Amino acid sequence: MAGVAGLAMAASLPFSAAFADDEKVLRVGMTVADVPQTTGQANQGGEGTRFIGLTLYDALINWDLSKSEVPSVLRPGLATEWSVDDDTQTVWTFKLREGVKFHDGSDFTADAVVWNLEKLLNKESPQYDASQAAQASQWFGAIASYEKIDDMTVAITTKEPDATFPYQIAGIMYSSPAQWDKLGGDWGKFAQEPSGTGPFMLDRLVPRERAELVKNPNYWDPDRVPASDRVILMCMPDASTRVAALLSGQVDFIEAPSPDAVPRLKSSGMQIVTNVYPHIWPYQLSYQPDSPFLDLKVRKAANLAIDRESLSQFLGGLAVPAKGQVTEGHPWFGNPTFDITYDPEQALSLMQEAGYGPDKPLHIKLLISTSGSGQMQPLPMNEFIAENLTAVGFDVEFEVFEWEALRARRRAGAMAPENEGADGLNNSWAFWDPNIGILQAAASDMTPPRGFNWGGYSNPEIDELAKKAKVAFDPAEQDKLLGEIHTKMVDDAMWIWVVHDLNPRALGPNVKGFVQAQNWYQDLTPVYVDN
Amino acid sequence: MLLYVIRRLLLAIPIAIGVTIVCFSLIHLAPGDPLSTVLPDNATPEVVAEIRAAYGFDKPLPIQYLVWLGNVASGDFGLSIQSRRPVLGDIIPAVKNTMILAFAAVLIGFPFGTILGAIAGYRQGSATDKVVTAISITGVSVPHYWLGIVLVVIFAVNMGVLPAMGMGPGGQSDFALNWAHLKHLLLPAITLSVIPAGIIARSVRATVADVRKKDFVSTLRAKGLSPSRVFLHVAKNAAPVVLAVCGLQFAQLLGGSILVETVFSWPGTGFLMNSAIFTRDLPVLQGTILVLSLFFVVINLLVDVLQTVFDPRIRRG
Repeated sequence: MAGVAGLAMAASLPFSAAFADDEKVLRVGMTVADVPQTTGQANQGGEGTRFIGLTLYDALINWDLSKSEVPSVLRPGLATEWSVDDDTQTVWTFKLREGVKFHDGSDFTADAVVWNLEKLLNKESPQYDASQAAQASQWFGAIASYEKIDDMTVAITTKEPDATFPYQIAGIMYSSPAQWDKLGGDWGKFAQEPSGTGPFMLDRLVPRERAELVKNPNYWDPDRVPASDRVILMCMPDASTRVAALLSGQVDFIEAPSPDAVPRLKSSGMQIVTNVYPHIWPYQLSYQPDSPFLDLKVRKAANLAIDRESLSQFLGGLAVPAKGQVTEGHPWFGNPTFDITYDPEQALSLMQEAGYGPDKPLHIKLLISTSGSGQMQPLPMNEFIAENLTAVGFDVEFEVFEWEALRARRRAGAMAPENEGADGLNNSWAFWDPNIGILQAAASDMTPPRGFNWGGYSNPEIDELAKKAKVAFDPAEQDKLLGEIHTKMVDDAMWIWVVHDLNPRALGPNVKGFVQAQNWYQDLTPVYVDN
Repeated sequence: MLLYVIRRLLLAIPIAIGVTIVCFSLIHLAPGDPLSTVLPDNATPEVVAEIRAAYGFDKPLPIQYLVWLGNVASGDFGLSIQSRRPVLGDIIPAVKNTMILAFAAVLIGFPFGTILGAIAGYRQGSATDKVVTAISITGVSVPHYWLGIVLVVIFAVNMGVLPAMGMGPGGQSDFALNWAHLKHLLLPAITLSVIPAGIIARSVRATVADVRKKDFVSTLRAKGLSPSRVFLHVAKNAAPVVLAVCGLQFAQLLGGSILVETVFSWPGTGFLMNSAIFTRDLPVLQGTILVLSLFFVVINLLVDVLQTVFDPRIRRG
């Protein structure tokens, strides 16, 4: 009997972590199935960088993730200042921060910067790591050469003038050369004992299960000294597992609860944190010779046919209707005249002008996925939209892919043989940097694999503006040009834009300090559990 | 007997090889690029070709298969595409964790299923039989995934008496025989035990009912043997069938359940396969499937051999 009572008592105890009593621990449920790569350049997209990249490492230029009210901007990181040579517009000089140390105690210097760039760019160097190079290749494509000027100064030369270079350099993380040497030049060992300059240090890594990070007591940035002593990142790819883990007190913070779980979480006292961020859930359209979307009337009709308000309600209010590629109020929104709204009558009339209607439907084939990063609830959302489109004269056929298979189709471009007959592709998109969000999505010379113009869209006016934006080194001037491009993208109904995700996160009632930045990345350093 | 075992052992080799060929081919025939998760969004064809060659995916499939099989035979399961860690290093702890879960499910499900089935078999046609049949059919039919979530909602979320996920307090995966760890085991083990318990109950019921109708049982009864002695004879005669069913169910359990392990974040082979599928980590997927296939082959072999011990007629057959 006593045994039974003992068991009952033990069972009723909270599932507290087995760590020192005075240690402030934050337990996070991630959506990834494996701990992202810990060597420096994290894999698994935004989530990898968010949880491993920005916690263990720094870039020369960091994102400012401390504000929720405005879109995130860049701020000094391991470089205190940077400038581009007025004459060439290709030579960037970075002044490095004094006194920064890697987790192993070695100094961060110009030699370390060059060593890291060699790690990514020089296949002949002993530290070259194909895996990290693959992850970083979307950030280093502009780099032509690099050199140490003095111990605390580095010059990086770009292949051509590129005013968006600071956004790219913000994606390159710096690993410790001394630690790599100490571990016998083995990136596999380095993954288990990584050393960066970031606010956290890796304490323990259990593959496919969790990573435990501890506070870096010597972190160089007083604004980002971690409020938690230990952060445990757990892999929980299943949404219901994450929700149950939070409700039962096994974790303190979860990413991406499903919309139908949100009322339950709220009624249990959990905090639901949302914010707009650079995310758009669109259909990227094909401009290949056989595509019906070559007709502007059809593109506009599709954009006007979608009842975004109802769709947002269907998503539990966790999305906002889109008015274009970027959110209204964003510095790059511009002044489009085409108002993307729900107007089925006008959509029907445009379809009839184009020669279609419910009695003579236009067959379109869209490539969609079953799930995926940023894809929200792709199957029910697509079904919802198919009904809207059918009502104005479309005959929608879906070809459904597993997420990675869809990504491969996107990477191939609409012009690839395997995408023949596909009129659109539903792949959520980020616009955190001008290249990904605007320039490489819309410029005609940026078709895959060079850029992200999947369908082969071509607009000479946009091309001209894109060239100017690439060399607009004054941020205000660059924003203005990007706004002009976006205006033309919307007025030309370049894609079908649907909703912006509000990116919900659920936090335990006693979790404090989290500021949800308008960014795919977030800062875990101010977050703590207030016991 | 020895000859029989050797013959069965030799027969198991081509089966194991056949299974590996099928698994290898199916994985490679799946749509999408095996390297897509490690490729950046705007990877140039040169980068793709370079990485493909680095991972050995540029070679013809039969060559890839032979290279892989050769490496596996020497204990090298390759490196994970995602983490670049040795695959075997991920599989061994996952197998250990799945075994812990499988044994717990066996301890719960097998006696439960056997007792229920024996009762129903002895009371064929009675109300008890109907109730047991209904329970076992429900057990076989209930979706694992759904049952797991229901149990979590009741015991973890609403009552707060058992944890919802993981293998131990604070997420530790080093299992220990104490209550702190056992309570993590209960819900997934119960969930996992339901289907085998149902299947075993159904099989035991049918077998016991069948054996009880045999002439020798009537003879035993006519000779005046006590019901418990008669039961022992029935049990002995039903044992080979029950053993075969239990063996297969045990092999299934060792294979892990992708859904149950995923729902409970139990870091076993099912969870490993799920994450490998999510991240398209082919070396991990291939290695895990190979290990699981070998489990099936070995356990089938053991069951066959044990069955012949109970019933020598099988060997002669």
